[in-house]
Amino acid sequence: MMGVNFLADLTIKGKAGLLLILAILISLPFWSSSYIISVATITLYLAILGQSWNLMLGFAGLLSLGHALFVGISAYLAAYVFSVLGLPPVISVFPAVLLAILMGMLIGYLGFRFSIGGVYFALLTIAFAELVRISVDHMGFIGGTEGLFLPVSEGDRKGVDLINLRGHPFMFYYLAMVLAFLTLAGCRTLLKSKLGYYWQAIRDDQDAAQALGINVFRYKMYAVIYSSGIAGVAGVFYAFYQNSLFPESVFGIERSIEVTLGPIVGGVGSLFGPVLGAFILTPLGEGLTELIDFLKNSGIIDPKLKLNGLKLLIWGLVVSLIVLFKPRGIWPWLSDKLGFCRTEGD
Amino acid sequence: MAAFLEIENVSKSFRGLKAVSNVSLNVEEGGMVALIGPNGAGKTTLFNLIAGVFPADEGRITLAGNDILGLRPDQICDAGISRTFQLVKPFPDMTVLENVTVGALHGAQNIQEARKAARNNVELLDLANKIHLPAHSLTLPDRKRLEVARALATRPKLLLLDEVMAGLRPTETDEMVAVFKSLNQETGITILLIEHVMRAVMSLSHHVAVLHHGKKISEGTPGHITQDPEVLDCYLGEEEDV
Ligand SMILES: Nc1ncnc2c1ncn2[C@@H]1O[C@H](COP(=O)(O)OP(=O)(O)O)[C@@H](O)[C@H]1O
Ligand SMILES: [Mg+2]
Repeated sequence: MMGVNFLADLTIKGKAGLLLILAILISLPFWSSSYIISVATITLYLAILGQSWNLMLGFAGLLSLGHALFVGISAYLAAYVFSVLGLPPVISVFPAVLLAILMGMLIGYLGFRFSIGGVYFALLTIAFAELVRISVDHMGFIGGTEGLFLPVSEGDRKGVDLINLRGHPFMFYYLAMVLAFLTLAGCRTLLKSKLGYYWQAIRDDQDAAQALGINVFRYKMYAVIYSSGIAGVAGVFYAFYQNSLFPESVFGIERSIEVTLGPIVGGVGSLFGPVLGAFILTPLGEGLTELIDFLKNSGIIDPKLKLNGLKLLIWGLVVSLIVLFKPRGIWPWLSDKLGFCRTEGD
Repeated sequence: MAAFLEIENVSKSFRGLKAVSNVSLNVEEGGMVALIGPNGAGKTTLFNLIAGVFPADEGRITLAGNDILGLRPDQICDAGISRTFQLVKPFPDMTVLENVTVGALHGAQNIQEARKAARNNVELLDLANKIHLPAHSLTLPDRKRLEVARALATRPKLLLLDEVMAGLRPTETDEMVAVFKSLNQETGITILLIEHVMRAVMSLSHHVAVLHHGKKISEGTPGHITQDPEVLDCYLGEEEDV
């Protein structure tokens, strides 16, 4: 597979670094706690979503602020057919991803056909996500505001059933790792293909791209299709990992914003940036939550103090600092500093 | 027989201002025709009409006998016309090679083939030592060269050049003129160019059309144009003062 060739972008140092990180990730379940595994799983999950979002903005210049929509409808579809018909996710992933893609195509069609660009396109994605969130609120058959729950038995959390995605947390962790790796490799393949060249051209100057024979409408649609498709796969994972879906916590605007933060911190447009960003922000947020719980339990701060917004506040602070001081994100700067990436032509 | 590119009575207004007014122009296959005239004469607007940027108010444009008015810019490119932008439009975050590769992907079978073709065009336009630099780091003359390399990479039958020699030194102008001449001889490419640098116009074109206030006021051989009193009055004459 060509995508695995991202090794070719890395220097010896970069390869060593990657190997070290892989070794840590693969061995993590053997020496860390179940809490750390759960944080790592969510981190990998957000890395996948960050990659999906970055494909649209970083590659093709299309700002989506409604990515939770693609994740959510896919998650809901897979969860619903599993709980009602017992259809396993290995099968339902296909209609679920298709639904996410169709949603993306609908938004893309409206946006690009009527030349709704930039911020207005972003508003369109928000509008659709909100529309679906409110609709799901009123859909009794999938739980409405009460939520949709997947049946879990005690035994489920012990085995490894990849067909039905029932099993030990370690199974989900390794699955997230494989999906994150495939997404990274897939995005690299796309970026180095004709599609990638055309996306970047459209991102950098749409008029010049069109003058060079690029059907701008069609290639923007491809970007939305791939991006929503990846988000759809992540959605199925999410449904079976969480086992409970609520309209607010699945489709809410915070979910869509959350997806954007990793790539912004790591580096929009780069391949490793979204991964790095997820690995910085998620543990930071979780660590903070832990710290607050610890401080509350040990009586250092008042246990009744409400600090719910603190995680978002810290994330906001990190993002602001990045935007101010390293607007291209941490990865381009870091890989430069550490000499991890080969520059072309060396 | 009809000419390769035929522009017939084309007009275009912007909010009442007639930017192009009833202009007709023929370009023979393999020809090199220059379009000159003072700033604001409507030259770029005429290019935009050929390239499908906006529709004409009236008139007809055909390429090899086929109507091309009303096609989108990418369809115009498919039809075999490539253009440069007077206000250069590089892809700033892509390297010089990547910029040109985007053009070369038009019609290429795969990335390898496109990159190889792009490399040739980069060398042709004297950008070889900047091949891996991001386009945003180029100087204006280099950006003009990049415009040309990228447009050429699509392998057009008709090339529209909009003031690509502005800002070049005389020796650099001569180099670029030589590139177009040899391309024209070797590949038979047809060129329509807008140019203020008369030195380039004189040595490249065998036919010159003059626009003024949106109207074509004169047309003929370079020698004829430079003798035309009306042209001297509105354009070439004033050039001396600049
Ligand atoms: N897109 C546009 N919208 C409005 N006015 C335009 C547009 N393009 C050109 N014009 C106007 O049309 C006239 C001709 O411009 P242009 O074709 O650029 O001239 P030239 O290339 O000969 O210098 C100018 O008055 C210019 O302001
Ligand atoms: Mg002009």
